Amino acid sequence: MLPLSGDRHDAKGIVSEKINSIDILRGSSTLKRGFAHMLKNGVVMDVTTMEQAQIAEEAGAVSVMVLDKLPSDVRKAGGVARTASIRIIEDIMDSVTIPVMAKCRIGHINEALVLQETDVDMIDESEVLTPADESHHIWKWDFTTPVVNGARSLAEALRRIEEGAAMIRTKGEPGTGNVAEAITHIKKVNDELRTIKAIYDSGDNQDLVRMAREFKVSYDIVEQTAKLGRLPVVNFAAGGIATPADAAYLMSLGCDGIFVGSGIFNADDAQERARAIVLATTFWNESDKVKEAQKMIDERQSMLGLDVNTLKLRMQERGGSS
Amino acid sequence: MSLNVGILSIQGDVQENLLSTRAALNELGIDGKVTDVKTPEEISQLDGLIIPGGESTTIGQLSLVNGSLKVLKEKIENGMPVLGICAGMIMLSKTADDRVVGKTGQPLLDILDIKLERNSFGRQKESFEADVSMDSINIPKFNGVFIRAPSVSDVGSDIEVLSKFNERIVAVKKGNVIGTSFHPELTKDISLHKFFVNLVNTSKT
Repeated sequence: MLPLSGDRHDAKGIVSEKINSIDILRGSSTLKRGFAHMLKNGVVMDVTTMEQAQIAEEAGAVSVMVLDKLPSDVRKAGGVARTASIRIIEDIMDSVTIPVMAKCRIGHINEALVLQETDVDMIDESEVLTPADESHHIWKWDFTTPVVNGARSLAEALRRIEEGAAMIRTKGEPGTGNVAEAITHIKKVNDELRTIKAIYDSGDNQDLVRMAREFKVSYDIVEQTAKLGRLPVVNFAAGGIATPADAAYLMSLGCDGIFVGSGIFNADDAQERARAIVLATTFWNESDKVKEAQKMIDERQSMLGLDVNTLKLRMQERGGSS
Repeated sequence: MSLNVGILSIQGDVQENLLSTRAALNELGIDGKVTDVKTPEEISQLDGLIIPGGESTTIGQLSLVNGSLKVLKEKIENGMPVLGICAGMIMLSKTADDRVVGKTGQPLLDILDIKLERNSFGRQKESFEADVSMDSINIPKFNGVFIRAPSVSDVGSDIEVLSKFNERIVAVKKGNVIGTSFHPELTKDISLHKFFVNLVNTSKT
């Protein structure tokens, strides 16, 4: 069994109730992290309308993420990006059977509470929206609804997990159609996992404490992660994924699944591309199937990518220092 | 004779079932291997199969694409033991409607004559843990982990009800086929996986 426990004793998100005098528990780590485990080997697609959500479901997405604008349009529009309209989120929840997620701003506790009240299946505390508090993320143990966070390094990932994140995704550079940053981030996390695993195996506890101080997290979470040799929660890739080959590559690097933002619904062949990216994610280690998937899309219809070095706004840096 | 147990690895929590099933084989002292399977060729060589939790619409569509759905149905109809967990139980059912959306038209195996209600207990916030019992297979107390779980709203006459939670059917059995709404692979208790491995062992010998 993979580690699902790790509940904090003071987690307000855990609720004990009785149904017809039967004791039940909601919001435990088993349930919150377990939900993310059900998404593994799947694709979560960003959507802005009910029609897009239905296309995503038909294509075989494991979940949809509702935004007001796709990340690349957030980039173009500028201004402040906030959580999506509740009415649209509710309409989408009523029209698809797969889980529905929505984004809130980093540190915006009340946007997250509104989303929890709306009954979305998972909340993404996301750097794609304009941060509400650069120095404090949400204390996610107080939520019954699971929360996913972005990370660019093992240190960031572990800080978010200590705050109660039930799932992690790489940040990549959202809305660029450029997968380079997502690749960099997952490789960095993998490298750092190898390092702490080697330290753990060597039995040098003092060196593990040094890592914990460097990462600004507790010794316990470093030890648990080092022992496992992987993050103690499900880890997806995100940011800039635009083609089936992008998805297959990230799966081959050991990601548990894929988030696709602008890559699908900002392409001119969204329906086919959605199916193709799901196929390539499922059969990532069968090269003939990935080729078949890649053949389903037309490169001339891919979203126009952005060179990450020329960007004025680097969303990945948001919330990274805390 | 070594057992060959597979976990359908199209989508969902495959690894957790691999670990629980390996632990079950180990504890029972039964010789065998547990692997993740995806292709029709891999499935055709199995003695038993677990369809894990995940998204049933995704698992259904993709197993249709690579031809594994057809082989699965043939193997199960020819007596291969199968354990379907949550999405896996939905895959085994005859009819599955969503509590909110209603009819869906998703690909199903139509093995168990049961009618399922998907997301029966509500959305993720309403997901819960509670003790359930499966007395007829000697598991009196089990930690049921229900995640956006389905429940069985109607059963055919040949279906044995293994467990109910709050009057709703959450585990069923018909011969070598078992379906559960809850996730035994997310708990430390491997008694249901042990029961299943024994079933595979008996059916092979």
